[in-house]
Amino acid sequence: MREKIALALLFAAAVALPLIMRALDLPGGTGVATSILCLAFAASSLNLILGHGGMISFGHAAYYGIGAYTVGILWEHFRQQEPIFGLIPGTDQLLITLPAAMLTAGLAAAVIGALSLRTSGVQFIMITLAFAQMLFFLFVGLKAYGGDDGMTIRRRNAVPGLDLRDVDQLYWLVLGLLCAWLFLQWRIVGSRFGRVLEGIRQNERRMRAIGISPYPYKLAAFVIAGMGAGAAGALMANYMRFVSPDIMSWQKSGEIMVVVILGGIGTLLGPVLGAIALQGLEFFLGGITEHWAIILGPILVLVVLFGRGGIMALIRRLLGVRHG
Amino acid sequence: MALLAEQLLNGLQLGVMLFLLAAGLTLVFGIMGVINLAHGSLYMVGAFGAAVTAQVTGSWWLALLGGLLAAGVTGLLMELVVLRRLYARDHLDQVLATFGLILFFNQLMVLLFGRQPRFVALPAWFTGSVEIIPGVPYPSYRLLIIAVGLAVAAGLYVLIQRTRVGMLVRAGATHREMVRALGVDIRLLYTLVFGLGALLAGLAGIMAGPVFNVQIGMGEQILIQTFVVVVIGGIGSVRGALFGALLVGVVDTLLRGFVPGLLRGLLDASQADALGAALSSMGVYVLMALVLLIKPRGIFPAHA
Repeated sequence: MREKIALALLFAAAVALPLIMRALDLPGGTGVATSILCLAFAASSLNLILGHGGMISFGHAAYYGIGAYTVGILWEHFRQQEPIFGLIPGTDQLLITLPAAMLTAGLAAAVIGALSLRTSGVQFIMITLAFAQMLFFLFVGLKAYGGDDGMTIRRRNAVPGLDLRDVDQLYWLVLGLLCAWLFLQWRIVGSRFGRVLEGIRQNERRMRAIGISPYPYKLAAFVIAGMGAGAAGALMANYMRFVSPDIMSWQKSGEIMVVVILGGIGTLLGPVLGAIALQGLEFFLGGITEHWAIILGPILVLVVLFGRGGIMALIRRLLGVRHG
Repeated sequence: MALLAEQLLNGLQLGVMLFLLAAGLTLVFGIMGVINLAHGSLYMVGAFGAAVTAQVTGSWWLALLGGLLAAGVTGLLMELVVLRRLYARDHLDQVLATFGLILFFNQLMVLLFGRQPRFVALPAWFTGSVEIIPGVPYPSYRLLIIAVGLAVAAGLYVLIQRTRVGMLVRAGATHREMVRALGVDIRLLYTLVFGLGALLAGLAGIMAGPVFNVQIGMGEQILIQTFVVVVIGGIGSVRGALFGALLVGVVDTLLRGFVPGLLRGLLDASQADALGAALSSMGVYVLMALVLLIKPRGIFPAHA
């Protein structure tokens, strides 16, 4: 019960946030919150395979970046009125770019996952990282789309009935999509598919012994997670109106992973809290010194060594909710 | 022909550098079961240690010593303070904690030495070049790197195959628990192996100084390539690391040398160069994917 009340309060606060920011006269706040939600979106998609499937993908920023680049590239071709390869026309409609981003990221995840999931353990970590690097270098080399410098998206995508140039409306849109994604993920985790995935995480050999082949389940989860990250990237590109290869750098993959662990691995809201905590920590430490990473690094080490379960475990303890 | 010979030697040189890093990484993983992302930081610390010592003293021998000392001490501290607590943890914890270490070390270097890349002068006796084939000069310093790298590989072979410590290392790589059960001081062995890995990474960093710039983030650049090497060679196998390193070094260098030229026939010059650089950067990852399609555990798997 307490958990439900806390959840309702959190949701109410999230919806009211742009109004609160305006009342407090913090015009930048809503924008920062939007970027936090995008990061939370990407992290919670990683959480599906990391927390529920036990797959340590160190290249999740690749799908985040592909989503962002899909929006950027479609915009670029829309602006120049020149179809991609003379076939696919560009567009600025979010109702097209968002599914396109998810589709592209999902396709990339299907190819990379199909190869990477042949391995496990450390090899899997290194291979997902290497594939992400490969895509990173590909986009660095694509001079037509800005190469190293990235590309600017002059105007945010259009959505019928909304005006995304207004940051508040963009924030609400991202919040709504994030909630939809979290709901979907909650249903996935509770479904038979989710149970099998959890079983594979706990003991792959036993799942095999009861007649379940892990590979298709893992691959399906990997692709769903890739699509989620693609959607998150598409929204992030819309918020920033800018895409560069940095969005798929290995540091970004690390950051997304840190968010999941900080918030609480394998929990529904953990990645959201983790994103808030990490951005808050960076903001706070950034206020103290420009060398904030020198403090953040050891904090991460301490969280890993001593803070099992992340923020969600802490909150559960405070609220007196027993796990499970 | 001359260009090809030069590129092959460049590839060999990159290969032995990668080997110095990969050997430490693969031993640490094979024996302690730890994946250490901060291995690249030791390479960076070694490079900075040598660059700063060289600047202050002007002596190349002291710089060598300074670099090795910096990498070695940093490595031992890293093992003592953080990694020792990670041996029993799962890979996810290891990745995250060592990711935190990377952030720390990169920023520490910024704090101590600033963001400007440093250039390191060549040692005085190796500024010239040698004619490898008549009419084809090749910088003698790069030949020195190749020689040092191959000597280290030979030394490692003797150490691992012919000495008592090496026997324990091999035993530890095949069956950790059994070695522990037989009463070997496993902590000491761990520290030794980690220290050796740190020294090799530091050595690579020192030698890299005059060839590449000494700068923040240099460790991660080469670390990811080292991962490719280790995965291709088979995790835990030093022989695999040598083979993988030379393969990756040569393939990467040849692609970089020849792909942009081939593309120039198809595209205009600036686009061809950018795309060529991108495609050749991707080459080793494609190679890795191919190897894994055929042998998912690498070419020389340690725990066959």
